[in-house]
Amino acid sequence: MSAADKNYTEAQYLEADQYQPRTRTGRIANYVDQRVGGTGIVREFGRKVFPDHWSFMFGEVALYSFIIVVLSGAFLTFWFDPSMATTRYSGSYAPLQGVDMSTAYATALELSFDVRGGLFMRQLHHWGALLFILAMSVHMLRVFFTGAFRKPRELNWVVGCALLILGLGAGFTGYSLPDEVLSGNGLRIIDGMMKAIPVVGTYLSFFLFGGEFPGDEVIPRLYTLHIFIIPGMILILIAIHLFMVVVHKHTQYPGPGRTERNVVGYPVGPVYAAKAGGFFFIVLGILCLISGTFQINALWNYGPYDPSPVQAGAQPDWYIGPFEGVLRLMPGWLGPIPLEFVIPTPWGGNSVATPVLVPMIPIAVMFLGMFIWPWIEAWITGDKKEHHLLDRPRNAPTRTAVGAATVTFYCIMWGMGSNDLIATHFQLSLNDITYWSRVLIFVGPVIAYILTKRICLALQRKDREIALHGHEAGIIEVSPDGGFHERHKLPSEYELWTLVSYEAPAPSGPRPNAKGKVTRVEKFRAALNRMFFEDRVEPVSRQEYLEALEHNGHHDGATGLEAAQSQEQITAGHSGRH
Amino acid sequence: MAEHGNGESGAVVTAGEGESGTYAIDSPGLPPHRPRLSDVDEKAAKRSERQVATLFIISIIGTIVFMVGYFAIGRTSEEFGEYFDHMQWLRIQNTLLGVGSAFAMLGIGLGVVHWAKTLMPDHEIVEPRKPLRAEAERAEAAQMMGEIVEETQIKRRPLLRNTLIAAALLAPLPAVVMFRDLDRAYGEEFSPERMRHTIWDEGVRLVRDPTGTPIRASDLTVGSAMHVIPENLREISSHGERLSEKAKAVVLLMRMNPEDFEHTSPGREDWTYQGIIACSKVCTHVGCPVALYERHTHHLLCPCHQSTFDAAQEFKVVFGPAGRPLPQLPITVDDEGFLVARSDFTEPVGPTYWERGNA
Repeated sequence: MSAADKNYTEAQYLEADQYQPRTRTGRIANYVDQRVGGTGIVREFGRKVFPDHWSFMFGEVALYSFIIVVLSGAFLTFWFDPSMATTRYSGSYAPLQGVDMSTAYATALELSFDVRGGLFMRQLHHWGALLFILAMSVHMLRVFFTGAFRKPRELNWVVGCALLILGLGAGFTGYSLPDEVLSGNGLRIIDGMMKAIPVVGTYLSFFLFGGEFPGDEVIPRLYTLHIFIIPGMILILIAIHLFMVVVHKHTQYPGPGRTERNVVGYPVGPVYAAKAGGFFFIVLGILCLISGTFQINALWNYGPYDPSPVQAGAQPDWYIGPFEGVLRLMPGWLGPIPLEFVIPTPWGGNSVATPVLVPMIPIAVMFLGMFIWPWIEAWITGDKKEHHLLDRPRNAPTRTAVGAATVTFYCIMWGMGSNDLIATHFQLSLNDITYWSRVLIFVGPVIAYILTKRICLALQRKDREIALHGHEAGIIEVSPDGGFHERHKLPSEYELWTLVSYEAPAPSGPRPNAKGKVTRVEKFRAALNRMFFEDRVEPVSRQEYLEALEHNGHHDGATGLEAAQSQEQITAGHSGRH
Repeated sequence: MAEHGNGESGAVVTAGEGESGTYAIDSPGLPPHRPRLSDVDEKAAKRSERQVATLFIISIIGTIVFMVGYFAIGRTSEEFGEYFDHMQWLRIQNTLLGVGSAFAMLGIGLGVVHWAKTLMPDHEIVEPRKPLRAEAERAEAAQMMGEIVEETQIKRRPLLRNTLIAAALLAPLPAVVMFRDLDRAYGEEFSPERMRHTIWDEGVRLVRDPTGTPIRASDLTVGSAMHVIPENLREISSHGERLSEKAKAVVLLMRMNPEDFEHTSPGREDWTYQGIIACSKVCTHVGCPVALYERHTHHLLCPCHQSTFDAAQEFKVVFGPAGRPLPQLPITVDDEGFLVARSDFTEPVGPTYWERGNA
């Protein structure tokens, strides 16, 4: 280790003691520096460069909304008591006075009506949680569609996926805490889904609820998960996530001056820190505005939890929508044939709740696929290189199409989670919506895949068009011989660079392994690889570009000076101008 | 990497060098920096300064609005007894707190961002990426790891290694086992068998929820429906236990014309009473209360996932994800003419679970 073979002089050790700061700030800084080493931190981060782009802000929004949710949640814990002990409500919400309820519900009402600002903080907490998961989701879409998950960032993508799942867990456990009818029915559904799991499901339910559903154990248990275990795990993963961002440095969009070997952007101090710090207050301000003006989870309307009532038109929080929707979408019977069946056994048979289990499959496949996508894609494409320049989504048509298909699949499930409200608001038959969705869930993603891929390829062709012939200027000119043609404006070299500097690999056939044999797995990989790359639009090559310039020069003389100049430079370029 | 900006020129075509040579043009480098208005015009900079300061002042006003909302309206419950006033004032207070803090935060946030965008330098900086690791360092680290492993002697002493692995595999078991008592049931109770029974039994009256008054057949008109609980539910003192029993025992009672029954299975002929029929209210899908009854079609609908059951056909599933009919509760009347259960349900109620089997 370097410490062992490097010797410091006595003078170097003494330097620290000899330095005399002149200002008061300097003395404080020096005090801290001599004890915890501020110098190193400032040198490392003070001018660290972060690329700037609006789409990089979603991750920031997620981080900030998490901080806001933690702070507002801490405020709520001072009043909320997750106890299931029965109490008679005597707070200031008249319609519930004298009603027996759990202490959890009573204190949630107290927070809303008898703690000044309590309702505001509850709404801030709830809206913040919705935004937290929304921001994470959009951030992940951005990372996916730009290929930011590629080497060396695969593991950070996995951390992000875990954060999303923990976010869902944090949301659901919090949603259940007030112990009213709405969230109680949410728990009831979770109980039903758990019981459907073969072999262990019934016991899982018993262990969660302390016995049979609902009992009086579950709320305090969810509370521990909600305020301690899950947020603790989220904090740790966020620390790892950000640590890896520092290690990798941020990705950047392709553009002039940006390469795989550099980072172009603003330094942390002062510009980026000011923008990011200011942005925290903007996120908080917008959440405050929403929480002050839009009601959410009016839990006094639902009444204390009782397993017998339920509201029609009840909706989960938005992120639970797909889980709810896919349950609604699944038929229990195919005509006269029940999908649920019993496996005959000597001890009386075991039931398989197919209508509940089957919907879990697409959800599980979707989440699993999300976790391992970086490796799936690298395996198919054979791409083992590091990537710090992002893909423009159009330049990775197949990935973009797969993403769009998945989003479509998700959105159909999500929409089905509100099929009853869609039916009542748009005066449609609930049954028809459900029947159509059962078709759409299979057809929709295929259509989305094909359409997206075609759109990407079309956009790439458009890029070629602009690179070779310029932008349509919208000016029609008449030549002396009576011909009409539109003036084209050639792109600047900076724009041009963005349009032409991408890779479009051709499909690579199956490769034999070390023994010289092409395995079946390798053939499968090659087939996927062909699917990935067979439809492609190549970037403009140098020769094409030169030919086009010459052509433009002859026929588009009207573009004037600019074209002429580039014409000149082509000739200059040929002679090796540097 | 070529980073020579070429000013105004359209395209630079040099012989390829490095990676960029593969593209139609060579990298033009960073575009030249274009000064903002506030960089060149002191007046514009001054204007930005005033805008930022105004935003900060808006933030101060926002904080004041918040304080007014908090203190001027006060603890609404004490000052305003009437329900309507209370809700009204709560709404106003909530709006003032929200709008006040929104301005307080947005003023700071927008002010700082505007400051950064108009007054702080907007020169983009280029920083090289470090290779994630240097080969020499990797080799040194690998050698260190080798020495560390060697010093432990773990390779030379497989007995140590194997017993350590065995101990490490077993050691976490107590941490798993300890969670056994998450389920409070012991001994024979600790079995899914407990889900086969409810507190319904022969002669248990069907009573209204929550008043507990018993029901005569004449209380129900044809076409009506109500949800009922077993009379003995109220005897359970523990809140949690009462909820759990209610979650299984809640029943939906409806009256139809007896000739509307389209199908009666053998053995169920005497399960209804003068067109009054009872079923479990717990959906067989995932357990929501089947709360909606449509009298013309005799359909029961679960609002959670829209499973639809036909009361005229022994609660057969006619739509939605439910896999089984709702269990029917056999009923009759007792000597005093009140509706009572003939027995418990003859199958487990609620969602399907693995051990349910052929019921």
